[in-house]
Order: sequence, then structure tokens, then C-alpha cells
Amino acid sequence: MTFNHLKKLESESIYIIREVAAEFTNPVMLYSIGKDSSVMLHLAIKAFAPNKIPFKLLHVDTTWKFKEMIKFRDQTIKENNLDLIVHINQEGVNNKVGPITHGSKTHTDIMKTQSLKQALNKYKFDAAFGGARRDEEKSRAKERIFSFRDTNHRWDPKNQKPELWNLFNTKISTNESVRIFPLSNWTEVDVWQYIYQENIAIVPLYFAAKRPVIKRDDMLIMVDDNRLEIKKGEKIEEKLIRFRTLGCYPLTGAVESKASSIEEIIIELLESKHSERQGRLIDSDQIGSMEIKKQDGYF
Amino acid sequence: MDLKKFFINQNSKKQLKILTCGSVDDGKSTLIGRLLFDSKSIYSDQISQTKFESEKYGTQGKEIDLALLIDGLQAEREQGITIDVAYRYFETEKCKFIIADTPGHQEYTRNMATGASNSDIGIVLIDATKGILDQTRRHTFILSLLGVNHIVIAVNKMDLLNYDKKNFDNIVHSFEKLSKNFNFLSKRYIPMSALIGDNVFSKSKKMPWYADETLISTLESFDIDKSSIGEEFSMPIQWVNRSSSDFRGYSGTISSGKININDEITVVSSGERAKVRKILTPDGNAEFSFENQAVTISLDKEIDISRGDIITTDLDKIKIADQFSAHLIWMHKDNMLPERNYIFRFINSYINGKITNLEYKININSYEKIAAKSLELNDIAYCKIALSKPTFFKSYIQNNQLGSFVIIDQFNNLTVGAGMIDFELRRSSNISWHDMTIDKKKRSTLNSQKPCALWFTGLSGSGKSTIANILEQKLHQLNKRTYLLDGDNIRHGLNKDLGFTDADRVENIRRVAEVSKLMTDAGLITLISFISPFKSERRMARDLFDTNEFIEIFVDTPIEECEKRDPKGLYKKARSGILKNFTGIDSDYEVPSDPEIKLKTLLKNPEELADEVLDFLKVNNII
Ligand SMILES: Nc1nc2c(ncn2[C@@H]2O[C@H](COP(=O)(O)OP(=O)(O)OP(=O)(O)O)[C@@H](O)[C@H]2O)c(=O)[nH]1
Ligand SMILES: [Mg+2]
Repeated sequence: MTFNHLKKLESESIYIIREVAAEFTNPVMLYSIGKDSSVMLHLAIKAFAPNKIPFKLLHVDTTWKFKEMIKFRDQTIKENNLDLIVHINQEGVNNKVGPITHGSKTHTDIMKTQSLKQALNKYKFDAAFGGARRDEEKSRAKERIFSFRDTNHRWDPKNQKPELWNLFNTKISTNESVRIFPLSNWTEVDVWQYIYQENIAIVPLYFAAKRPVIKRDDMLIMVDDNRLEIKKGEKIEEKLIRFRTLGCYPLTGAVESKASSIEEIIIELLESKHSERQGRLIDSDQIGSMEIKKQDGYF
Repeated sequence: MDLKKFFINQNSKKQLKILTCGSVDDGKSTLIGRLLFDSKSIYSDQISQTKFESEKYGTQGKEIDLALLIDGLQAEREQGITIDVAYRYFETEKCKFIIADTPGHQEYTRNMATGASNSDIGIVLIDATKGILDQTRRHTFILSLLGVNHIVIAVNKMDLLNYDKKNFDNIVHSFEKLSKNFNFLSKRYIPMSALIGDNVFSKSKKMPWYADETLISTLESFDIDKSSIGEEFSMPIQWVNRSSSDFRGYSGTISSGKININDEITVVSSGERAKVRKILTPDGNAEFSFENQAVTISLDKEIDISRGDIITTDLDKIKIADQFSAHLIWMHKDNMLPERNYIFRFINSYINGKITNLEYKININSYEKIAAKSLELNDIAYCKIALSKPTFFKSYIQNNQLGSFVIIDQFNNLTVGAGMIDFELRRSSNISWHDMTIDKKKRSTLNSQKPCALWFTGLSGSGKSTIANILEQKLHQLNKRTYLLDGDNIRHGLNKDLGFTDADRVENIRRVAEVSKLMTDAGLITLISFISPFKSERRMARDLFDTNEFIEIFVDTPIEECEKRDPKGLYKKARSGILKNFTGIDSDYEVPSDPEIKLKTLLKNPEELADEVLDFLKVNNII
């Protein structure tokens, strides 16, 4: 008797999640509200059923997330009886940092990377789960499942601990920490297929609907609230759109699509020719930009 | 598109884990780039990004350099080599592939081993223009050692040799000779060009003389399933699932066999038995479950089980021992020294232990066994290991989950080695200690003193012996029974067979530590005066003693001062190169981070320093 591919991935991820709960003093699960987070959370719930998951969730809120994301987050937490910490970089808020005024790079650095580090330090988490997958980007393809961070949360790609079999080295020194990626070996298709088969709830923004958008820098940006100033020559149009990935709304490009169910999304995905991270402004600032961000402590 | 059919097809696909390996620049990353490209797993924006990077870093002129699809780190693009493993994913009609691209460069061999530890199939690339190289031999050995039993020998860059059959035949011939040393279950040879795509996904028209399958059909055809379903059920306990209510379950991933409700299991550590009441799988409650599934099992009665235990339906299949023999791959630039303490990570526990005997290491060219005193980065060896307490295991060949371990440095927590268990050695519980009815406590009452070890460490010429001597005189005047172990009285007798290499230094200190332990046991206040430059050995010595019995005294003299004093003229000799491996000059001194006593010799004379130690002993009720 052998498992099919998805069942193997599922058991592998559950093993990883349990290992972290067993070996670390104060783990946390980073919950970004996206589809990968939803899958990761679903697996964590399975790993510890019938009990509650033995750690908290952390959402680093940049204050620029889509409204529907926040609504979905609060609903998920309530329905599953989970413990959530929401962290916002107050200093950034005081200085009115945002993606439109400060650009994607500064905004992401202050409201996401710095903010995440603040939260990890504040609560003294020694292990943090993230929903990143290796097929997303080629520096991620190089990262271990247990990714070590020094006291400044930095990743040193040239000095990763060898990771043999499933014998993860969970030993760290004081103030060091580990990021753990239970979905490392899942692909985008795997994630969607699993969402479909397991009937996992996801933010409605993944499904096509008529939404107000403007065209900016070759991307379709949704007008989620009135903080998005409409420039001369831009006009708001109602378009049938959806998102392949979710982040801060002014930085996340929508795709025109008719896919309004998971089935249709999968079909669209199988026929598409662009990778999902293409919708993200922050990856393409420069060659190797994801690697550099990761070294700074971004996921 | 019919989605139902798509899912049925998806779910029936076989998962294959493969890796590429071989010498540097043989075309491993290029091949994976080619596989991704031809299986249409690359999106158009990724291709345009790679084209852009190819112009900057590529090796193929204006053409796209497929290796850059894979070499995802900045340093890799700049140096044009792979440094760390990349995991990539693609699928065909029949299979889902998880493929690890590993570095060919010798310095990064450990990353190749990392990739091999989780693979079913190995693709050994050989550059047809270069033939079999050292790394080809090394990687083939590691594949065999790690139990990657199916291999494809991809003779690459045939395009550079006009697709000539003779070259291919020669390489096949040489590899056949080489592989006589191993027992691969299957072995295929394919001539190809990763760059152009010949015989990767489609059959090459340029090599009509090659009648066999393409790489991809060959991979798809391997039968890799080694189901353990007929074996006994075993599951290491990973997590105890306990709630405030009445539920108590044991979580883990089944390492072999099948379990049904009502089966009787035994806890290996205690021998206690119970019946399975419920099996909770990722799909909910089930009647049964089998290997590789992550489950939670509840039992019909309360018994004591915790993480670190294993449950099984057949006790005889699980070995328990604190000594075993194993193959090792050393993965760190700090040498492995026998008798040094390390942390051993097994499937669900960490146990302290050491390598007691280095039986031999393997010459990677001739595969000969050669004698060794220590292991360097990337060495492969066979050795005996002793743990501080017993663990359960199977041999690696039987089960690689239960037969493998990694070795962790106890100070910096780095992963320094990996091992595969061969078989258990005599259990140490058989060597029972003589029951000593007169014990340390009784002896020390008679002596009216608390025995302890005063461990002086510091550079040569720092003043260890001088201070220790004065201290011993003072203790003697106080009617205390003492003994002084000094480099001079030990090196000339007990340890006269030892030199000054790192390995010998470790053994030197081990013997001294053991002797001082016996002396302390005999009730003496033992003064030990040795340079003892390495943290690990001082730690090893400390671990031999009861708490508060071991007192580390760091004689803190700057090296400039020691060199100025140079009472035996040793620094001069070391500086002129006559004396090798001299601490502080061409051998390290690791400064103690937390000694019980620190003596600053620049500030006080030896008399005053000895009094400082005396005060410490009084304050701590030792004298
Ligand atoms: N002509 C020709 N060149 C090839 C072929 N395969 C790879 N190359 C070239 O060989 C060089 C090395 O290729 P890589 O794929 O980086 O080699 P590698 O084995 O991954 O190297 P390391 O990972 O550093 O060990 C590059 O310039 C490739 O373009 C081939 O089939 N034919
Ligand atoms: Mg390479």
C-alpha cells in the first residue's frame, strides 16, 4: 500500500509541524491569510486533532491589506477557536509609512520585515512557521525546511545546516530562531488541488468578481479604499478580476479572469503561462531581490 | 478540460524523488533546467527573467543558460557553480518529480549528501569530454552508502564530441568497473546533451546507435516502491496528544507495517502492552493505517509513553543499545575527534555520545579502507559509537528512518556529521560495575575533606604549575590530602605515546580526566595542570564529575606576556618553526567562557593567586 503524492505531502507536513511543537519552547504560526496560510493552518489543526493547536497565530498587519482579508481572518479565528496575535509596527504608522507614499521597498521593509522582527522579539518566539513553498521563487528553492536565523533574524544562504532525512536539527542558541516551512515541497497546483479536495475556505478575492480597478505600471490595482489616490489619466473601471496571490492591495496586481470556483481556478492555472509571483511588485525590484529580502529577515 | 479525470490522473501519479550529482560543471543544473523547460514547468516570466540574467552571468553567450533557472543564489550566479541543494518540481503524464540539484564542487559534498538522503533515484552526470572524475567516484559511493539504489549514468555533453559512440562506450566500460564495488538494484546508461535536449525528453536523432529509452522514460520506469507493509508495525512517538478532557493519544508517523484497531502494541522502553482503541488519520478516524502516515493512536488503557519511545507489534524487530557501529559522513571543517562529546540526533530524541573507535576511513579514489585518527570535512568512515544512554534503532539498510542519525556540535549547535547504523555492539549494561561498598562519601568522611578536581587551564608559561604547586603546599599545611597531576609527570609516563596533534591532545586530556576522576573518587583534592586548550575536552572532563566537584581555574595570562617569560624557550622554538602545533602559535587556545575561578596573573603574584583559590574552597565549604 502506498500513498499518492498529495497524501505523502500531507503526512510530511504534519510531521514537520508536530516536530516543531515538540522541540521548541515558544513557537508561533505566521498567518498571512493567503491560500498557503489556509492550507498550513488546516494541516496544523489536523496534526493536533482532536485538541487545539498548541501555539498561537501571528498576523503582521501592514494596515494596507485588502478589507476582505481582514474580515476573513477574524472569521477564521472565531470559527476555529484559535488564538491570534495581530502586530502592527506602530512607529511606521506614526510616521505614516505606506506603499503609495514610500514605495514598495520601504513600505515592505518597515511595515512587514521590521514589523515581523519586532513581533518575534517582543513575544520571544523561537520558532515561526511560514507558508512559503520552494516552487515560488528560485532562492526559496534553495532554502531548508528548518531555516536558521541569527539574533538579527538574518538568513545566511551560504551557511545552511545540512538537512538529512527527516532528522531536523532543532538546537539553537539563545536569541537565535528558526523559520519553518511545512509546505516546502508543495507546488501551486498541489495547494489548489488540496484546497479543492479538503474543501478549505479561502478569501473570496481569489475568485473572479466584478471589482473596481485602475491600471498602473502595467498592473491592475484594485481600489480597495480611498487611500489609493487616482492620478491624472487613470480611471476606475469595473472589471472581472481575481488574485493569484494576496498582499498589500496597492502592491498586488489582479488578473482578468472568469474563474469563480476552485475548479475553474485550477483549469486556469493549468493553462496559464505566468507564475503566481509575477503579480507581486516586491519581487522584481532587482536580480536576487528575494534573496536579499530574506537575508534581512523577510520570510 | 475534464477536471474529474484530471484529479483521478493526478492522484494516480507516482511520486519520484531524484537527485542529480557528479563532478563540477558536468551539467547537473543545466539538465534540471532542461527537464523543467521541456516539461513546461517554467512560466514565461521566469524564462524572460532567466534570459535577462543569462546575458549578465551566463556561460552560453547570448543564449539562455538553463543552469541559471536553478542556481538561485547570488553567489552561485556570480561564481557559475552550484553551492547548495535546490529542490524543484515537475510532472509528466505518469509521475510527479521532486528533484534535488546538488553541487559538484568537492567543498560542498555535504550538500550532495543532504540531497541524496531523501532521494529514490540518483542521476550521475559525467561530462563525456572529461570522463570519470574524483567527484564522480565520491558521489557514487555516497549514493550507495545512503541507499539510493537506482541510478542513471547520464553521459552528458555528447554534442561536444560529435555524438560519437566510442566515447560513450569507454565511459560505460570504466563505470562498470567502478560500480563493481557496489550493489545498485538498477543501473542505466544514457548518452545525452542536457544543453540541447538530446535523449532527455525526446530521442536524439543524432545518436541512432543508441536504441534505449530517453532519460524521462527511464526514470518513469523505475520500480522504487519498497513497501514495508508485510513487516511489523512500528511507530516512534513524536508527540503526546493530551487534552483536559479524557482524550489521550500518541502521535507519530508510522515507520513500518500496518496497524488495525484492537492490535496489541508494546512500548519498547518499558515492555508495557495495550490494545489500539482508535486510529486518527489525517482523513479522520480509521479502521487501520500504514507506513508513512501521520497518525494519532489511542489505547485501551493508560500506560506511560512519551516522546523518545517507540511502540511496536514485534519487540524482536527493534534493537536497543548504547553502543553500535555506523558509517559516518563528516560535514564540518572542524575535525571529528574520537572521544570528543557530541549530540546525536535520532528520530525522536537527542542523546549525548562520542565516537569511541575510528575503525577506518575510505579512500575516495581506490575505495580502500585506511587507518585514521580523525576525520576531516567530507571524509567517510566506519566507526563505533557510545551513547550516554541506550536508544532504539534498526539497521539503516532495514529502515532509514530508524537507522540514521545526525551529529550536532554541543557548543555551536551546527550539524557536523551524519551516520547510518550498521549493527549494535554489546550493551554496556552487561559490563556491570563492581559494587563498591566503600564509596567516595565514606572515604571523604575518613579524610575529613571534600574531594574535588581543581582544573588549571591556560597557555604554556601562563603560570599554571607554579600556582598549583604553591596551592598544594598550602593545602598540605592544612592537613588536606592532595595530588598534583602535571603535564610533566603524565606526558613522560602514562601518556608518553601521545604527541601534539589535535587527536592526541584530545586523548591526552581524556586520560588525565579519567585519572583525576579516579583520584577524586579515592577522596583526594586533585590538582590538574594542563594547557587543555579545547572547550570540548574541558567540558568532557567536567561531565565526568558530580556537580560542584569540578572547579575550572583559568590562568589568564596574555600570550605576549607568556612569550616574554618563555621559561622553557618553547615559544622561541615554535616561532622559528622547530616546534609544530604549539598552542597560541599554530594551534588554538579556546578561552573558557565560564570558569569557576579566573586568575589574572598580571595583577598579583603566584602566592596571592593561590590564596584566591584557597578562599574559594573555604567559601564553598570544600575545606
Ligand atoms: N556543450 C554542452 N555544454 C553543456 C551541456 N550541459 C551543460 N553544459 C555547460 O556546462 C557548464 C556547466 O553546467 P552546469 O549545469 O552549471 O554544471 P553543474 O554540474 O550544475 O555544475 P556544479 O553545480 O557547479 O557542480 C555550463 O556552461 C553549461 O552550459 C551539454 O550537454 N553540452
Ligand atoms: Mg549545478
